[in-house]
Amino acid sequence: MAGNGSGASRAQPVRSRRARTRYPARYSAASLLWRGKRPWPRIWDSGDLRSSYDAVVIGGGVHGLATAYYLASNWGITNVAVVDKGYLGGGGSGRNTAIVRSNYLTPDGVAFYDRSVQLYERLAVDLNLNVMFARRGHLTLAHSDGALRTMRWRAEVNKHQGVDSDVIGPAEIKQLVPALDTSDAPRYPILGALHHPPGGIIRHDAVVWGYARAAAALGVEMHQNTEVLDIDVAGGGGPEGKGPGGRVTGVRTNRGDISAPVVVNCTAGWASLVAAMAGVRLPISTHPLQAAVTEPVKMFLPAVVVSGSLHVYVSQTDRGELVFGAAVDPLATYDTGGSLSFAEELAGHVLQLMPGLGRMRLLRQWSGLCDMTPDYSPIIGPTPVAGFHCDVGWGTYGFKAAPVAGEQLAACIAGGQVPELIEPFTLSRFAEGRLVGEKGAAAVGH
Amino acid sequence: MLLVPCPHCGPRNSADLTLVGESEPRPDPAATTPAEWRSYLYEEHNPAGWARETWYCRLGCGRFFVTERHRAENRFRHPPLGPSGEPPGRT
Repeated sequence: MAGNGSGASRAQPVRSRRARTRYPARYSAASLLWRGKRPWPRIWDSGDLRSSYDAVVIGGGVHGLATAYYLASNWGITNVAVVDKGYLGGGGSGRNTAIVRSNYLTPDGVAFYDRSVQLYERLAVDLNLNVMFARRGHLTLAHSDGALRTMRWRAEVNKHQGVDSDVIGPAEIKQLVPALDTSDAPRYPILGALHHPPGGIIRHDAVVWGYARAAAALGVEMHQNTEVLDIDVAGGGGPEGKGPGGRVTGVRTNRGDISAPVVVNCTAGWASLVAAMAGVRLPISTHPLQAAVTEPVKMFLPAVVVSGSLHVYVSQTDRGELVFGAAVDPLATYDTGGSLSFAEELAGHVLQLMPGLGRMRLLRQWSGLCDMTPDYSPIIGPTPVAGFHCDVGWGTYGFKAAPVAGEQLAACIAGGQVPELIEPFTLSRFAEGRLVGEKGAAAVGH
Repeated sequence: MLLVPCPHCGPRNSADLTLVGESEPRPDPAATTPAEWRSYLYEEHNPAGWARETWYCRLGCGRFFVTERHRAENRFRHPPLGPSGEPPGRT
């Protein structure tokens, strides 16, 4: 089933007919009336961990669940276990700022993320769960001539790929988002912006639950509180038969050993450590990214506003809270403690953009772990260990790419060939010296 | 705030310094294959434990030094032990 395919090809699903999904309950107004006060059934039932599966997905976040869902729905591979050491969606999937967009800089990146936006747009229908996709539009502000030049470059690359994206001036920005200070009074005045109407925000927890529920209905098992302690590899060049040239045979967890010909690493934050269990070294360093949320107020911010120069992005949720994110912390660490200097800096930068927010209060701040690669692009696809696949290195752009990453990785696992869309992002690019260089990522200051 | 023990200036705020990256012996460029060289350039150990790191004291003495930091707990161990257990010289 799994191959260590290296050539790019258009692998076709073995089953073109979409597998029929049977949910334990249908979410509709009619079923609400019919059900009355009876409790809803659990949306997934995990049962006991078995000793053998066709594939084991490590990491029950949005990437792992999407991979399991597309393996089951597009390829008919349903004997799959998703294992997570915590709870589903407890890592990066629940900590990101839920922004969806495709206005990247490299043609490879634009094509990839555009497919993801397309999948997100019809995700609520596919999963039969309202994921609350709010297509608000996305503004990337430019505060310098250099940044404006990059925006024009990005807009042209986007248009060439058929993605709706354009550079607009301060007057138009003021019309779209009246709360922004577009005068030349701030230290870094707003000179223009890259406007990307298809961008928006989505309810990230709903995406996790939707994928989990749909995958469970197709027969995929979800096992929470199941920590992977080691990965069994045979025939490799390293110690204990691990490392390049080997073939994965299973995983050892705190609830027992599992034998599986395919193991998928869908972890964020712990990607290096999980890959090291199979003897694979990754070009990843882990950095925390801090975010914060304010008290809820009336809706006043109609678009997602991003400033690369001030390292801040702002969006207003459906509940009315402002969600702020920033660039990754410069220090590589697994410590998610957060810092006061972040809150101070963030507040200063937000007030530069929107002076009217002076009396708004922050409710809380948190941080999540980002696996940063040298070229701000993910690592997805096969590794030198046969059967061991990676979907890692998602840095600051993992959430918005989850559907396409899951879909393409499932095609890669089932078809044995690397699909065209993820061909630029395989691990082998580092050894071959063809890095992507995605300067449209949120972590990159302009 | 994280205090970094600069061997020349004493403890300083980490914002004054730049973490250059993991400290590893540089292979001889003439004797390595391109794949080995790129492995040296890009691959990381990225442990959730002790890591041997090169720091640059950007706003202080302007010098580079090697120290060890626990990447999960952000504790420093200075001076770090050399490859055969001896205290290393300043780099």
